Amino acid sequence: MQIHDNPTLKAEARNLNFFYGEAKALKNINMPIYDKKVTALIGPSGCGKSTYLRSFNRMHDLYPGNRYEGEIRFFPDNTNLLAAEVDPIEVRMRIGMVFQKPNPFPKSIFENVAYGLRVRGENNKRVLDDKVEHALKGAAIWDEVKDRLADLASNLSGGQQQRLCIARALATDPELLLFDEPTSALDPIATGAIEELIHELKKRVTILIVTHNMQQAARVSDYTAYMFLGEMVEFGKTDEIFIKPKDKRTEDYITGRMG
Amino acid sequence: MSANNSSGLPQVSDRLAYNAMRNWRERLIEGLLLAAAAVSVLTTLGIVYVLVSESVHFFAKVSIVDFLTDTQWTPLFDDAHFGIMVLISGTLVSSFVALAVAIPMGTIIAIYLSEFADSRVREVAKPILELLGGIPTIVFGYFALLVVTPILQTIFPSLPGFSLLSAGLVMGIMIVPYVASLSEDAMRAVPMSMREGAYAMGSTKLYTAIHVVVPAAVSGLAASYILGISRAVGETMILAVAAGMQPNLTWNPMEQAATITSYIVQVALGDLPHGSIGYQTIFAAGLTLLMITLLFNILGQWLRAKYREAY
Ligand SMILES: Nc1ncnc2c1ncn2[C@@H]1O[C@H](COP(=O)(O)OP(=O)(O)OP(=O)(O)O)[C@@H](O)[C@H]1O
Ligand SMILES: [Mg+2]
Repeated sequence: MQIHDNPTLKAEARNLNFFYGEAKALKNINMPIYDKKVTALIGPSGCGKSTYLRSFNRMHDLYPGNRYEGEIRFFPDNTNLLAAEVDPIEVRMRIGMVFQKPNPFPKSIFENVAYGLRVRGENNKRVLDDKVEHALKGAAIWDEVKDRLADLASNLSGGQQQRLCIARALATDPELLLFDEPTSALDPIATGAIEELIHELKKRVTILIVTHNMQQAARVSDYTAYMFLGEMVEFGKTDEIFIKPKDKRTEDYITGRMG
Repeated sequence: MSANNSSGLPQVSDRLAYNAMRNWRERLIEGLLLAAAAVSVLTTLGIVYVLVSESVHFFAKVSIVDFLTDTQWTPLFDDAHFGIMVLISGTLVSSFVALAVAIPMGTIIAIYLSEFADSRVREVAKPILELLGGIPTIVFGYFALLVVTPILQTIFPSLPGFSLLSAGLVMGIMIVPYVASLSEDAMRAVPMSMREGAYAMGSTKLYTAIHVVVPAAVSGLAASYILGISRAVGETMILAVAAGMQPNLTWNPMEQAATITSYIVQVALGDLPHGSIGYQTIFAAGLTLLMITLLFNILGQWLRAKYREAY
């Protein structure tokens, strides 16, 4: 894996704490996210990976009682994504997300991909056509759906739906893409297609991905972070984390999971 | 297990006896449930049988073509006419007015309760809404006649004391809770993951509600509208009290008119001899009403099948 020595920062968590009501789910997390790189989040179930990921696009704001402390700095403009005066909608305009289970909208394939553009006020038919095609190609699903753009998205297979959701997120040119176990509901072939896609995408966009699959983390990511009980135990280049982890807990987890 | 032998282990024969007992009990319960279901099915069949068999006598005297095309409804006059369109027009106009109120208002309330209201507001608002659905319709009828009609008359001085408009508006208010409550259930059944997907794309609450939640709930919404339509078409008391009972072929809500239902109460309260043609009109009108509701129910089923939720 080729990693340049001086990657630029795209985002950085600084002393990040997060609370579900009284329960502290993230404990003083400090971690860089590098531009145009894939960063994988690994760790046992319940350690806070999703919680951390969902802090970036302020998903926790949707539910009452949730509270952030600390900062997530977003570059180049050095905005604190978590600041109270920053509108979560503005944040989500810049940061896309792909969920564990494909969640296409009850609309046509075309309208699913055009959704984010329409939200941003784009209604010009030619621009929409263009960007939708571009996004579908970017998500490696164009050839499969180009003749049936008016069909309901729910008629697609699970793997196709997930790639459609990726296209939906790509259509608005996000700066950062969040993936929360995007292949856990898919078969190995569909998984392979998505992994390949992630590899392609990092030319254009920064990626943060949660995965339970160590092989997947090793295959797709440049950097890996190991989380445990709400803490960031270790962060580093993926090869280093997998070959010679510094922390005993990381090593135990990886050797246990790699088998 | 009830009976054990001395070694403490249940004997095979005991277990079999126990199973046989349980089977017998389950059959009994099954039979009771079947009987309960049969009662409602048989009642419906009985109603249809009475309507059809009495209507057969009616249509032996009046041709179906006349029934459907005649523009007068004067069954009790010497020069009797049996144009059901006269009553259908009253039913359709009042139902249309009612639905023009109930569907938008019910949907908006449902969107508010499901997508915007916090849980405390919802916990108070929903029972109140359902309480509204329990008010006897005769109360709504007098509310229309004594409160709404005078208010409308200050806006439209030409409005008569009985009108389809006033009755229809109040009927709409009566139906709002049904539409709102069912629509809210349909929208709340939309999985949170669908909303999260929409929010993650940068949409606002309102945009998410209109462009994602409503389309996702469309078959449930259609079902709630169909129920609203059935309630409107079948409503009787409000119309009998506030819309007048004069048969009047009109598409103008500012007039008074009888509807199928209000005609039926009117005749049923009178003392027409059993078996007379006037008496049989009740059944022909009732059958027509049944057909109209059936039509909407079929439409509803079709819509459900077409837009079945994919989640
Ligand atoms: N909505 C919530 N309210 C309260 N606690 C929550 C909520 N969601 C998650 N938690 C708790 O926060 C902790 C972190 O959960 P999170 O979902 O981030 O874990 P995860 O690492 O993504 O796990 P998994 O690998 O199983 O997806 C867990 O202890 C979980 O029980
Ligand atoms: Mg998770």
